Amino acid sequence: MPEAKQDTKKIASFLLQEIDRLITKPVRLMEVCGTHTVAIFRAGIRQVLPSQVELVSGPGCPVCVTADEYMDMAIAYAKRQDVIIATFGDMLKVPGSTSSLGEAKANGADIRIVYSPLESLEIAANHPDKKIIFLAVGFETTAPTAAATVLSADEKKLKNFFVLSAHKLVPPALKTLLADPEVKVDGFILPGHVCAITGEEPFQFLPEQYHMPAVVAGFEPLDILQTVYLLAKQIHDGKPNVENEYKRIVKKNGNPVARQMLAEVYEPVDAIWRGIGPIPNSGLRVKERYQAFDAEVALPIEVETTVKQTACRCGEVLRGLIKPTECRLFGKACLPEHPIGACMVSVEGSCAAWYKYGSGRYQYGTGNN
Amino acid sequence: MCLAVPAKIIDKKDQLAVVELSGVQREVSLMLLPEAEVGDFVLIHAGFAMQIIDQEEAEKTNELLKEMNSLA
Amino acid sequence: MEQGTIKMEHGSGGKLSKALMEEVILPAYGNPVLNEMHDGASVSTAGNKVAFTTDSYVVKPLFFAGGNIGKLAVCGTVNDLAMTGSVPRYLSVGMILEEGFSIADLRRIVETMCQTAKEAGVMIVTGDTKVVNKGAGDGIYINTAGIGDIIEGTHISPKRVQPGQDVILSGYIGDHATAIMAGRHELVLPTSIQSDCAPLNGLVKEMLIAVPQIAVLRDPTRGGVAATLNEIAEQSGTGILLEEDTIPVRPEVEAVCEILGFDPLYLANEGKLLAFVDPKYSSKLLEVMHSEKMPASSVK
Repeated sequence: MPEAKQDTKKIASFLLQEIDRLITKPVRLMEVCGTHTVAIFRAGIRQVLPSQVELVSGPGCPVCVTADEYMDMAIAYAKRQDVIIATFGDMLKVPGSTSSLGEAKANGADIRIVYSPLESLEIAANHPDKKIIFLAVGFETTAPTAAATVLSADEKKLKNFFVLSAHKLVPPALKTLLADPEVKVDGFILPGHVCAITGEEPFQFLPEQYHMPAVVAGFEPLDILQTVYLLAKQIHDGKPNVENEYKRIVKKNGNPVARQMLAEVYEPVDAIWRGIGPIPNSGLRVKERYQAFDAEVALPIEVETTVKQTACRCGEVLRGLIKPTECRLFGKACLPEHPIGACMVSVEGSCAAWYKYGSGRYQYGTGNN
Repeated sequence: MCLAVPAKIIDKKDQLAVVELSGVQREVSLMLLPEAEVGDFVLIHAGFAMQIIDQEEAEKTNELLKEMNSLA
Repeated sequence: MEQGTIKMEHGSGGKLSKALMEEVILPAYGNPVLNEMHDGASVSTAGNKVAFTTDSYVVKPLFFAGGNIGKLAVCGTVNDLAMTGSVPRYLSVGMILEEGFSIADLRRIVETMCQTAKEAGVMIVTGDTKVVNKGAGDGIYINTAGIGDIIEGTHISPKRVQPGQDVILSGYIGDHATAIMAGRHELVLPTSIQSDCAPLNGLVKEMLIAVPQIAVLRDPTRGGVAATLNEIAEQSGTGILLEEDTIPVRPEVEAVCEILGFDPLYLANEGKLLAFVDPKYSSKLLEVMHSEKMPASSVK
């Protein structure tokens, strides 16, 4: 074991040396995925990279980019006596325009936390008198699990299971970011588990249209260092490409069965991203054939969304324009137990990760929070 | 949100598999990965097997997990 | 604190629990003894120094691998007394039963309490039982309170935590919470994972006799090691540096955390303790605590 550790250290210091050699001017690399954001903090990657390499967090936390309007609708459903909401735990604290699901729960709404969307089918079978609405959030990684759940519900002829889709697609968001002249990025650390489904192809536009280096990355510290090294090499050589560092999981063609199931149940639709705005064809809605399972169609509900004015700068954080610490609410009015913007809600949100691991909160030796 | 972990399939019945990770077991759906077989290491996410991992690679991942955390 | 209603997080042992204490409870009946905010209070009665504490137990499921709510109710209060530097002596038991609760289950719980009390060397000397309407409770809630004799020559107080002290952890973390979570989200755990629920007063007595200089003792229950260390850091005005490698976590617990996205540092324990001590006493303390207990971190 100590030998393996030695090897690891050797590889890491080799990669860091190479990165330092290849990068001759400041570069900004965007990690698209929130799981990467957390992995980077946990391993302290920022502290070991040469100062010329800046890692910026992108819009890669599905909970964070879920719009107020969606949350308001989910809360409105939750308040109905005949509804049970099934959701991943992260969604409870996400602020809507006036409230959150957590508050609705405190006021008596029946909200169940599930690990798998399939658990909501069990809830539906056990509560035939209730309508079970699964809050279907997530990128290409998670969306197929919701699609498969809809297909199971169809097969089981369940009449009381519905999804409320806020699924988002990553490539259209990256296109929108690159079209924004304010966004300055020199390369992308691509989301490994999204690519496990999509494969490499949907990201080819990055080098082809935008001359943008891109590497599909795993989530271990060495994966991330290796990815930064590959990006450095592409930048140095001036030969952008989609490379795959995460071959043990990501096949070139992704997971065709999952994609086919996704296409069977869902179709692309324009969607609003919190902090970014509407992006064409970046969301998923349930196809007509399965509309009986679409909460918005089968259980229409009137929702009033009030426009909320705060000094929250989540939008700029999600686009990599500013660091969370540059927002004046960060760590003061906006805290994990009292989030103002959604980036502070999910453990994978940029602001929450910066708050937990980053500077500004705890300084060694001072004993101050 | 895109957190996924490697686990080994120890039993399979139609579209359901039992996976194991350090002695902890859970049933997962194989709807998205029908070709997976007993003995395969798979990536699991939200109760579904998402992709097969080469066994050699899975062991590497586990080793990395243990060894990497202290790196930086 | 915002106005409004109580949320589950107010009972988590984390920041909202603290806010509830500081903004609602302490302004109402804060006093120098309560303001110490230790696991139990140190008070004097008729010239004797005694430790006094109380805790309520609400757990689902009521029966779990390694124990049940009754064992928890005895161990929890015994341990809080021990963490106050005392030898636990007497307990009270208050039970709130829900209409329809099985008497056979109640018997099992009460028998476990009796057995655990015997094991811990405490007597259950007073009690109370109330019944509420069906739907108004989760089967059974238990409150226990206890008193113990403060061990001569000891002075357990978070204020005595100093930079440079060692933090010693008495074993694997997260077992209790993991055992409780079994069955949730359809995870099947190996039988090796059981609640660590156990009385710690025997161990604590040995520790305090060997090293009366221990600055503070605390059992990392609700909120886990992370919440407990945060609390002590705040109360003592120090910062605590953890070395992740040195904190023992069973692979099974690690696996559950990975699957569900938890952090073992935040998982509840019911039979573990953290001791803060000057490094010159560490090896002596570890000897008493037996070889499998390892030092986890050091205070900076």
